[in-house]
Amino acid sequence: MLKYILRRVLYTIPIAIGVSLIVFTLIHLAPGDPLSAVMGDVDQKMLAEMRASFGYDKPLPVQYFMWLGNMLTGDMGYSLRSGAPVFPMLVSAARNTMAIGVGAAVLGFLFGVISGFLAGYHHGTWIDKAVSSAAIAGVSMPHYWLAIILVIIFSVNLGWLPSIGAGSASSFWSWEAWRHMVLPIVALAAIPAAIVARSARAAVMEILSMEFVEALRARGLSERHILWHVARNALPVVLAVMGLQFAHLLGGSILVETVFTWPGTGHLLNLAIFDRDMPVLQGTIILLALFFVLTNLVVDILQAWVDPRISRS
Amino acid sequence: MKALDAPAITLEFNTAAGERAELDVPVGPGAQRTYWQNVRSRVARDPYTMVCLAVLLLMGIAAILAPWLGLDDPTAANSARRLLPPGSPGHPLGTDELGRDMLTRLIYGARLSLAMGVLPVLAALLVGGVLGLLAGFVGGRTNMLIMRVTDVFYAFPSILLAVAIAGALGAGIMNAAVAIVIVFVPSITRVTESVTTQVRSMDFVEAARASGASTYAIIRTHILGNVLGPVLVYATVLVSVSILIAAGLSFIGLGASSPAAEWGLMLNTLRESIFLAPFNAVLPGFMIFAASMCFNLISDGLRSAMDVRI
Repeated sequence: MLKYILRRVLYTIPIAIGVSLIVFTLIHLAPGDPLSAVMGDVDQKMLAEMRASFGYDKPLPVQYFMWLGNMLTGDMGYSLRSGAPVFPMLVSAARNTMAIGVGAAVLGFLFGVISGFLAGYHHGTWIDKAVSSAAIAGVSMPHYWLAIILVIIFSVNLGWLPSIGAGSASSFWSWEAWRHMVLPIVALAAIPAAIVARSARAAVMEILSMEFVEALRARGLSERHILWHVARNALPVVLAVMGLQFAHLLGGSILVETVFTWPGTGHLLNLAIFDRDMPVLQGTIILLALFFVLTNLVVDILQAWVDPRISRS
Repeated sequence: MKALDAPAITLEFNTAAGERAELDVPVGPGAQRTYWQNVRSRVARDPYTMVCLAVLLLMGIAAILAPWLGLDDPTAANSARRLLPPGSPGHPLGTDELGRDMLTRLIYGARLSLAMGVLPVLAALLVGGVLGLLAGFVGGRTNMLIMRVTDVFYAFPSILLAVAIAGALGAGIMNAAVAIVIVFVPSITRVTESVTTQVRSMDFVEAARASGASTYAIIRTHILGNVLGPVLVYATVLVSVSILIAAGLSFIGLGASSPAAEWGLMLNTLRESIFLAPFNAVLPGFMIFAASMCFNLISDGLRSAMDVRI
């Protein structure tokens, strides 16, 4: 087990380096250098000086290592737009995204697990058909469209919930903040709920067809006990699916955040793209990608811990 | 997005190019049907798949024939007729925020939106297919190199990678298409590689080699014959994902640009009008949803018809 964890952790290092290379390359794919896009028509001499101060005049490999070195010490540079340091901007945005992301993950997981278990247990009945159809609809749904529909229903028509922003509350633990979080959370939860429901249904059906379930039934265990055994066996698979979905959720929240102008990483990314604010763009992408890598790592290790067969292969 | 999660593939292998002995039960006297004939008849008996095929066919034909359907000009604004409700005379689905006919723009929008679903997947199939075959067939260092690079691309959530690439390249429909191709290549490479590696060590490939078949012939009959099923099922899911991502990119301003008719862009511009014309604002999103769902259901149908698990 320890050996497996070590191997898995070591394996993330080349991946992380690869990620940094891709992000760095991406930024330099853009036409022109980052500064000229922001500065517009200014004095050539001043532009050259600024370029030197940002290190943009050095050859690309040198820039890469400078950037990587700064990154590792937590220095993500300064926004080309506002001049503010990138790291604190990212931290506060990530906090906001995390708030709706965790909410959506919990909601999506609960909803998906319950409906998926019901559908798998009552395989072939109308419950199964309803859940399966809803799940297909859920994975095909543009969640930014769902967000708009939610706004139309709950903000425009009923007037129950606000449609934009995060409100003025200073903490997440207030009625004001919660009201602003409800719609983004529901919109974000749709996809994970659908995917978790599908995998829970498949897992339950597979386990129900195994011999040990027959054996339990033969021994006269009540259905409730059998359901408990099925749940215990299906849960690791479903948790692994949810772990990955959580990471996808944070990376994909840009569309929903755009609809609600929710001040998270997606919104920050969106602004950085249209401002051509490269340090912010780089920082946001690398943060989200690294989080994704780490989630994958944790999910893999947890899975190996639950199911030792994985670490032996 | 589930379609890009690592695929684990289990399937039965075709022993020769198109036949699968254990599945073939002759129906009539002497009627020996091939594997693909079986697949076709199973698909034909699946109502969901057939309805979806019909819907997509209708959308596709309407999109292609759009200029000859006697519709309005999709880009001609008319400020006197802004945001008419559905059912208005001459505008069965109403008009948008610039007074353009919604039905016209939804049909013209199908051109860009459906093309953005299908074309990036085809391009990715070509690139990813070649890379996967190369990795699987050559093996060794080549495999190492290709698959490790693929792993790195897997370290990004798909939407984030698409947004990052499209954002770095700058707004525009071509850049959005390139971004989607780059997002899809790694997953197609993985599917192709894993099937190729499994098939390559099968006895019948050894036998073919021993009996003097050329590498090209082995790839053409044995590898491609077996790769085609899973890749086809996978590609239809990817078309559905591609429609969602492409419309999403346009929605945040990274894809098609005004005044082009494209569903994601229409959804974005009509978003300002949800107070005045909520129904009109929801329509483009419904089209994205319908097209994406149809490709998803077709993929499900193909999967069970071909007996492929991805």
